[in-house]
Formats: sequence, C-alpha cells, structure tokens
Amino acid sequence: MNWFYFASPSTFYGLAGRMAPWCFVAAALLAAWGLFLGLLVAPTDAQQGAVYRVIFIHVPTAWMSMFLYFLMACYCALSLIFNTRLSAMMARAIAPTGAMMTFIALWTGAFWGRPTWGAYWVWDARLTSELVLLFLYFGYIALANAFEDPRRGDRASALLAIIGVINLPIIYFSVQWWNTLHQGASVSFRGTSMHVTMLTGMLVMSGAAWMYAAGATLVRVRAIILERERRTQWVRDLGAA
Amino acid sequence: MSIYWNSWSEFWAMGGHAYFVWMSYGALLAALVVEMILLRARRKRALEAIEEERDLEAEN
Repeated sequence: MNWFYFASPSTFYGLAGRMAPWCFVAAALLAAWGLFLGLLVAPTDAQQGAVYRVIFIHVPTAWMSMFLYFLMACYCALSLIFNTRLSAMMARAIAPTGAMMTFIALWTGAFWGRPTWGAYWVWDARLTSELVLLFLYFGYIALANAFEDPRRGDRASALLAIIGVINLPIIYFSVQWWNTLHQGASVSFRGTSMHVTMLTGMLVMSGAAWMYAAGATLVRVRAIILERERRTQWVRDLGAA
Repeated sequence: MSIYWNSWSEFWAMGGHAYFVWMSYGALLAALVVEMILLRARRKRALEAIEEERDLEAEN
C-alpha cells in the first residue's frame, strides 16, 4: 500500500467524503448506547447525587479536548517538517472541534461544580490549565487565519500549537502536582474506582465523542481542501462533472 | 440491566439537580447543532467560491 497516496488533497477529499458518514453513524449509535447506560441504567452516586451524571459528557469531552490538541500538534509538526499541504489542512480542521470539546468540558465542569463545590468557577490548577487550552485553540485559529498567504499562516500557527503542547501534561497531572478541588483520575493505568455501569457508559460516550470528532474533522477538511485548492484543475472538474 | 428510575418525572427531576444536569447536556446538544450548521455553511461557501472562480475564467 502506498501511504502517500492519500496524502494528496485530491485523493483524500474523496476518502474523507466516504468515511465521514460512517463516523457520524457510529457516533450516533455509541451515543445512544452510552446515554442509555449513563442516564437511565447507571445508579445515582451515593455522595454526589444525580448531578454526577454530567460525567458521561464531561470526561469524554475533556479527554477529547486534550487528545485533539495533541493530534493537531502532530499534524502541525508533520506540516513543518515535510511541508505537506494536507497535514496543515488537517490541523486547521481539528482546531474548531477541539475548541468546542474544551468549551463543553469547561461548561459541564462549571455546572457540576456549582452543586458539589459551591461555585461555578474556581481558579484551580486543573480548571485554569483547561481554560489555557481553550485560549490556545483560539490563538491557533486566529494566527492560522491572520495571513494573506495561507502557507505562512500554517507555519506560524503550527509553531504556536507545538509550543502549546507543554500545557497538556500540566492539565493531566495538575490534580497530582497541586492541591486542587478537582477530583483525581477516575480511570488510570492502575485500574478504576468506578461502578462498572458508570465506567462502561463513560467509555462508550468517549467512543461516541471520538467518532463525532473524526466525522466533523473530515467534513471540515473537505471544505478547507475546496477553499485552498479551488484554482486547481481537479477541483474545477469536480463541479463540472 | 434494569432502569434505575421509577418514573419519567423522577428521571427529569434528576434528584433535584435537574437544572445542572440538563444545562450541561443541553449545552452539548446546542454546540453539536451549531457546529453542524457552521460546517454546512462553510462547505456551501467553498462551493460558491469555486463557481465564482469558474465564471471569472469563462469571462476571460
């Protein structure tokens, strides 16, 4: 198999178009299963009450916010090192969905925090570093679009994204490094402290978030390919056919 | 595997935490809808730009 075959925007455009609907179907099925488990089957938490059910969207979106940033930075590194057009487009396509996941993680955290901690927001290490992540996404998007020449935007924003990776371990380990209100990891390499239905629901919802992010990114990268390749012959032939 | 709640009203009430739970889930739903609308709009704009490009070409 030629791995570089799909590294060209013209071939990837078609592949992304075929994959995206399946990603959304998978996301919908997983979300239906995950919500069923999380909202209907899983028992209420003895200490926190029903508000803990926010976990089924809070944890998956928080995981995705970090994972998508990492993936975006990897594409940025690829585009800087190999000067490949498609990697820069993929990085740009991931950013808005990553920002959305970050926002939802912060928002749901606020609505979980109010009844459990007594405040929507505290300047705690975990919350603050996640807020920094949201600003990194915004900064990346703004910088990528700040130049007349998109290739310059690609390079400048790629640098910002790569430097910003330093924030990821800070978010992840913040609950261990600092005294924080935020609870520690419910799932770690040492196992889990959760009820099995809760855990399953959370993992299934994470799968849904993953599939949704993939679908949204693929749809967006197709639009970006059209925007940036609109003067090429293959794009012209696309509409004429 | 059985349903935890005894009734739908109990489900919607979320043990008194309805406001916090549904504000969270509602925000996610709203965010997904907004993103889908933006994605559609962006694709539409890109396709229109291609048409313009083609029309310009035809004029020349």
